[in-house]
Amino acid sequence: MSADRGRLEPSDWLRVASVGLRARPLRAALSALGIAIGTAAIVGVLGLSSSSQAGLIAEINKLGTNLLTVEAGQKLTGGPAQLPREAPARLTLLDDVHQVADTALMQEMYVYRSSIVPVGETGGIQVRATSLNLLSVLGTGIARGEWLNAGTAREPVAVLGALAAQQLGIDQIQPGEQIWLGGQWFSLAGILQPSPLTPEIDVSALIGYPAAERYLGYVSIVDGEQAAGPPSTIYIRAATGHEAAVQSLLGQTADPSAPYEVNVSQPSDVLTARAAAAGAFDSLFLGLGVVALIVGAVGVANIMIISVLERRSEIGLRRALGATKAQIRTQFLAESILLAAIGGVVGVLAGAAATAVYASSKSWDVVIPFEAWSGGIVSAILIGALAGLMPAVRASRLPPTVALRTV
Amino acid sequence: MSGETVLELAGVTKVYGEEPPVHALRGVSLSVRRGELVAIVGPSGSGKSTLLHVIGTLEQPSSGIVRIGGVDAAGLSDRELSQLRAREIGFVFQQFFLAEHATARENVADGLLYAGVSASERHRRADEALERVGLAERASFKPSKLSGGERQRVAIARALVGQPAIVLADEPTGNLDSGNGASIVELIRELNASGATIIVITHDTSLAAQLPRQIRVLDGQVVSDLAKAEGS
Repeated sequence: MSADRGRLEPSDWLRVASVGLRARPLRAALSALGIAIGTAAIVGVLGLSSSSQAGLIAEINKLGTNLLTVEAGQKLTGGPAQLPREAPARLTLLDDVHQVADTALMQEMYVYRSSIVPVGETGGIQVRATSLNLLSVLGTGIARGEWLNAGTAREPVAVLGALAAQQLGIDQIQPGEQIWLGGQWFSLAGILQPSPLTPEIDVSALIGYPAAERYLGYVSIVDGEQAAGPPSTIYIRAATGHEAAVQSLLGQTADPSAPYEVNVSQPSDVLTARAAAAGAFDSLFLGLGVVALIVGAVGVANIMIISVLERRSEIGLRRALGATKAQIRTQFLAESILLAAIGGVVGVLAGAAATAVYASSKSWDVVIPFEAWSGGIVSAILIGALAGLMPAVRASRLPPTVALRTV
Repeated sequence: MSGETVLELAGVTKVYGEEPPVHALRGVSLSVRRGELVAIVGPSGSGKSTLLHVIGTLEQPSSGIVRIGGVDAAGLSDRELSQLRAREIGFVFQQFFLAEHATARENVADGLLYAGVSASERHRRADEALERVGLAERASFKPSKLSGGERQRVAIARALVGQPAIVLADEPTGNLDSGNGASIVELIRELNASGATIIVITHDTSLAAQLPRQIRVLDGQVVSDLAKAEGS
């Protein structure tokens, strides 16, 4: 008599392992729910952090990492430094510099919707004079209306950054639209698209240098003559791959006499840091997911112990029909694993669905890391095995005569 | 009726516990030949349930020899004993023990689940067995849709499906009314007539009286072993 011939086929195992689940589906569903919630939380947290990171990286790649800025810093003796008027022209001469634009912050100038708005309600909007090629250097565009041109740059005409327009409650350009800027009326020509790399432009009202000189008195005296300037921020598009080399030359080129009074930065660094932070998952929610998994495991173990007690006659019958102790043990272990695995699969699907919905609403790529979903299912299976081990061993040790004894 | 011996017990004892020991079986010897229909009858506490368990290899005797289909059950491993039960012994229980969520056919087919028979073959043989117990047209019914008598017929079909050397029926009519009980006894006689070796364990002397051979058990011992003359 060959003992091997009593082996069950995989399809038989699946049927035998699902006896308890089919007999009491609601109970099975509820006890799998804890594992589903835990797995969903873990997959969701990992998926969302990966997706938001992917979204930011895509944004960075779209904006380019080759934008560099030069700003007036602090004097060594204290107090704000100034950039030389010729700095933009000198920077243009550097190798691997493609484009240079500059803006000048008008100190103590504010923008209001109208002249009757209280002076204190500035809304944080700044006034900047700008060179006309700013948009092409920043890689941003016009959302409404028109950009400044050589003509309007001389007139009291302004263009609002995206946030500045929002702050003033302006979402389209009506003919004759005006804003109260630096104590006089300026016509509104356009509104910019958001510029994630240069948030200071988003909150600015931009005017031409000639207009700043003529209407706001922003002038330098050079050799006894009035001249526009100086700039306070210079934007440089460098050749991709040469950013570091260009960056190292910017300070001394912009102001050879005082290179340490110049701040040089790469705006995409901020976004890169944000992407790294977004990739760091939320450990609080991850911890909650793990707790839910543990609670789920206890629930499954509890249900399996009850199941073994309730199904003593089934165990006795199976022993009488020729099931070995090992087969009884495997049956209950498989049932526990099946229960937990169903919970795990449902949880992975729910976590993935939550990630997909949220990521789509943010226009991010949906990224569910392999470790997240495979780890979710594997840990559910391990939990099922762990939770089912003790009940399964108990079931297999039940003497058939005891199991068949009924009330 | 002079078939080979399919069941042989020699000097079987069973002692439970130690302080004080309970002697459930005190030296039982009996043998059953192929094709016999035997009643083991005795009041509760007589040791007949222990005898059923020992014959069914669900329990090992404290001493003595149990041979089923020529195989000595003593010293077999759990796997070997399980295979012995799967192939050589069919059980019928007072409480039927049917799986409620499965059809009659699936319940009967499960009688071969642990015997290493393929699923399609199990179902084919289950249909045959259901036909033998007169339930062919009920094969796809679940137990909840069957009467008590029909449920016991399903359980009997499950015991028969593997064509075991012996069928052990433990109070097969115990949960049935007299009409259903009588028809189950009739079925048992028919199945025996077509070749099955059946041992009925019961406390019901009137049931035992309907069967050709009665082994009376009392206080763990066989007190009488009477075979009626053929045809009576």
